[in-house]
Amino acid sequence: MAQDDDQGSGDLSRRQTLECMIWAGTGVLWTIAGGVPKSVGLLGTAEAAEAATKGFTFLQISDSHLGFSKPANPHADDTLKEAIGHIRALKNKPTFMLHTGDITHLSKPAEFDAAEQLIGASGVDVHYVPGEHDIVDEGVGKAYMERYGTRSKAKGSGWYSFDQNGVHFIGLVNVANLKAGGLGSLGHDQLEWLEDDVKGLADSTPIVVFAHIPLWTVYPQWGWGTEDSAVALGYLKRFGSVTVLNGHIHQLMQKVEGNVTFHTARSTAFPQPAPGTAPSPGPMLVPAEKLRTVLGIREVEFKQSGSPLAVTDTALADS
Amino acid sequence: MLEKTWRAATAVAFAAILGMGLAFAGPARAEEVVIKIENFTFNPDAVAIKAGTTIKWTNDDDIPHSVVEAETKFRSKPIDSGETFEMTFTNPGEVNYFCGLHPHMKGKITVTP
Repeated sequence: MAQDDDQGSGDLSRRQTLECMIWAGTGVLWTIAGGVPKSVGLLGTAEAAEAATKGFTFLQISDSHLGFSKPANPHADDTLKEAIGHIRALKNKPTFMLHTGDITHLSKPAEFDAAEQLIGASGVDVHYVPGEHDIVDEGVGKAYMERYGTRSKAKGSGWYSFDQNGVHFIGLVNVANLKAGGLGSLGHDQLEWLEDDVKGLADSTPIVVFAHIPLWTVYPQWGWGTEDSAVALGYLKRFGSVTVLNGHIHQLMQKVEGNVTFHTARSTAFPQPAPGTAPSPGPMLVPAEKLRTVLGIREVEFKQSGSPLAVTDTALADS
Repeated sequence: MLEKTWRAATAVAFAAILGMGLAFAGPARAEEVVIKIENFTFNPDAVAIKAGTTIKWTNDDDIPHSVVEAETKFRSKPIDSGETFEMTFTNPGEVNYFCGLHPHMKGKITVTP
């Protein structure tokens, strides 16, 4: 019990710290405190406990790529399992989880089934958006929509919104109907829907947008951006707090632009090179003992008030 | 650069014909041109072929790609690592295509009579 008290006051015992260091899955734990989303990292259970008393928490996982078995990670199912195992062990259960796409590698029914089973074991509700790997079935996204779209009452290729404790969450799809030579794309219909979706909301409503491909231009040479994201962000300009969560690039990156903070998440499957550091994007091979380090967690703490981002790398292998 | 890639494509096609000629003593068979997908590029990204030529895309990357006509007149299945996709072009004209997963990857096929 004394240990619990310690946790509540923001301290981790040595044993707890070591246990956390051993774990090597991925995920970002988000908490909403005072209407401002704050990422505390899966390791920060004490911080999460503190935040939970003020608001609610949610998780983001991304790019599970179930079915991937190339040298960069021959066991993408195992690393996802590890991530879910840790989520299950969280003392403060998150209210829900976001999955920012590339659930599967090739949109195969067996891959979707495996994802359902592994992610479902978390016991946490999951809100999905598709990645480009989730819509390469014969029906070009039909399999995804049948499985996830109906569940979230999604429109078009899978976009929707929902509310939680006064926060408005918007799931967007920027991987469908892509054009030759282009980047990710939201398209006219989805943008119209978005404009309408936020119309009735007060400026003070905290907004969280989640989509697969980054909604800011990270590196166009590798297609890491969304060509019409500026239109979407224009509709969100009047809101005091907008947090954009993406996946796709399999590495953490942050950017602040006015009231908007952008974050990309790590993958649970394999890393990708930093922009421009390799001939092309794609699975990056690292020594086996380093894999979980690269998939490891970075703690990010940010505030809307313009104070600088606090980024804490948690290099498990160095610990 | 264009001339160079054209020469490369011709060389590949010629090699294919030569190979087939050795294997099959008989009437001339349809030509085949190979386009490698590597490092998120179609290589060569521009080829000139005669009508009736089959193009075979081979994926050397560790990630799936696809071949989608610019106006989505045709769309390949996802081509996983080590897999191939073949298509025969019978009508003269220009065909622009891209990767459905990574649309910044583009290619062009010029089909002559």
